[in-house]
Amino acid sequence: MNKPTNQRAWLLVLPVLVAVAFSAIIPLMTVVNYSVQDILGPEQRVFVGTEWFRKVLRDPELHGALRRQLGFSLAVLALEIPLGVALALVLPKEGRAASVCLVLLGLPLLIPFNVVGTIWQIFARGDIGLFGVVINALGVEYNYTSNALDAWLTVLLMDVWHWTPLVALLCYAGLRAIPEAYYQAARIDGASAWATFRFIQLPRLRGVLTIAVLLRFMDSFMIYTEPFVLTGGGPGNATTFLSQYLTRLAVGQFDLGPAAAFSLVYFLVILLLSYIFYTAMTASTSTTGSKEAR
Amino acid sequence: MARIELRGIAHAYVPAPASEQDYALRPLELVWEDGGAYALLGPSGCGKTTLLNIISGLLKPSRGQVLFDGVDVTAAPPQRRNIAQVFQFPVIYDTMSVSENLAFPLRNRGLGAAETRARVEEVAELLELTPDLRRRASGLSADMRQRISLGRGLVRRDVAAILLDEPLTVIDPHVKWLLRRKLKQVHEQLKMTLVYVTHDQVEALTLADRVVVMNQGRVVQVGTPQELFERPADTFVGYFIGSPGMNLLPCTVEDGAVVVEGQRLPLDAGVCARAREAGGEPRLGIRPEFLRRVPEGTPASVRVEVTQVEDLGRHKLATARLGTQALKVRLPEEERLSPGEACWLELPPRWTTLYAGGRAIP
Repeated sequence: MNKPTNQRAWLLVLPVLVAVAFSAIIPLMTVVNYSVQDILGPEQRVFVGTEWFRKVLRDPELHGALRRQLGFSLAVLALEIPLGVALALVLPKEGRAASVCLVLLGLPLLIPFNVVGTIWQIFARGDIGLFGVVINALGVEYNYTSNALDAWLTVLLMDVWHWTPLVALLCYAGLRAIPEAYYQAARIDGASAWATFRFIQLPRLRGVLTIAVLLRFMDSFMIYTEPFVLTGGGPGNATTFLSQYLTRLAVGQFDLGPAAAFSLVYFLVILLLSYIFYTAMTASTSTTGSKEAR
Repeated sequence: MARIELRGIAHAYVPAPASEQDYALRPLELVWEDGGAYALLGPSGCGKTTLLNIISGLLKPSRGQVLFDGVDVTAAPPQRRNIAQVFQFPVIYDTMSVSENLAFPLRNRGLGAAETRARVEEVAELLELTPDLRRRASGLSADMRQRISLGRGLVRRDVAAILLDEPLTVIDPHVKWLLRRKLKQVHEQLKMTLVYVTHDQVEALTLADRVVVMNQGRVVQVGTPQELFERPADTFVGYFIGSPGMNLLPCTVEDGAVVVEGQRLPLDAGVCARAREAGGEPRLGIRPEFLRRVPEGTPASVRVEVTQVEDLGRHKLATARLGTQALKVRLPEEERLSPGEACWLELPPRWTTLYAGGRAIP
């Protein structure tokens, strides 16, 4: 094929390049810049190579934050995904009841993040909060301001309350997209409710579930506002996740170099884990499909 | 295999039907003989699928009974009726292989592994799926998917009837006839009752021994393709079947004759009397295929003016004007005719039907 060459075409791409440069590339490169320099003053900076990276990666506090973060994100996925699917399955399929349920379910998604934190800060309090009082009245020792595990669980519960509706709504939409004929065929084939779920509903939810897992993973891995308002990262470091730690480093201590190095590591970790989730969830169809097709 | 009887079946999708209009299916009586190949033909929204779903048990009728071999199954769910149903869009279980798909209905019924395998192989052989048994079912062509869903129906040994709901809609034209032939062959081999829903008359007439024509929730005629063509019991059947449909000319009925646009045509006196007795708007029906060009003065002929002639290769299709009425005429290829010309057309009494209020007068 003989394609005409015209360098002026670059002009047409230019606006996008400029926009992307200012919105993504330049800020990112600034961070890269910071991560390899020691900034002593506005005009005084020293190139330090990989020193910040080595420092950050050996930081035991960061290791602790990363461990807590991974545990938290996995717990979020393990709870919100099955719960969201279950909710979507039991929601009414049509009529007024469906609209009412969807609106009620969607409410937590409309609340600003810091308000969510505030709500739970009050809701879970042992002295005046409904949740805290009830739990204590049931004879369970519970105090999220002093007990590390309680605090961690409260943040988890808050996230489940806040974000399970998103998973449920995604799955609900996915379920509605399944043609009625599939259910009719399943009835004629004598499939049980479990078989219908396993062989019709679940496979057809794969697409939305991939999105739900990725969204919930990335979001929970970057969680900041809600625990910041609820616990401030405490007690101790019990609810200090990666974002809190990063903020403390960058804004609290003004260690811009290490903070920049950490930001890059953080970014790469999210990218890597998301990629792993994505390939794991989409691969099984395509590879086995093409393998057996041969 | 079973004889299926529908007694006084009616269905309304609204919970409390107040008027006739609320019924998707008006009360009807129908018998599907064991081993027959039936087509259920009618325009979209006429109640075909509703009727089919009532037979398979996916839908419980508002009124009436469904009997399989004399046993009332109205309340039985689909899995207890031993019905195979194929839908417009092929339903397959994507995550399973082709053979797992075929085995699925048997597994759900707890059949042993050895017998399941034997049945699956048998059905795969019948539907020419054997080479693909081990393949994953996702990403197969539409006709293959449709054969798999048909196979899932046939795999059970005790299937009473096989119901097909416009199964060839999404199939490419060039494989349509292959699948249709396969279906006919399967029916001939297994001799099970076959009900085939379609809005395509060619499909209905080629596949079925008997055609049930439906319109607006009613069964308007049940008959062989020939009966439907030659003796439409209803103006709808006359118009719907055939291409182009029957000519239906408004007329006035006299003693022993009808008058169409001022031209008199003799007709059996008994028929005329019954038509007047029946009341309703009288119409004279004649198929374009049965009109003949004749010399002036031939009995039972009318003078028309040709307005348009289409040469369709093997025959000519002319449109003629009879007073204010348009008339379609199918003429032999060698007939010379041009627009603007006047000619005489014979309406052979044998092929004319008088309708009153939409129904044929016997």
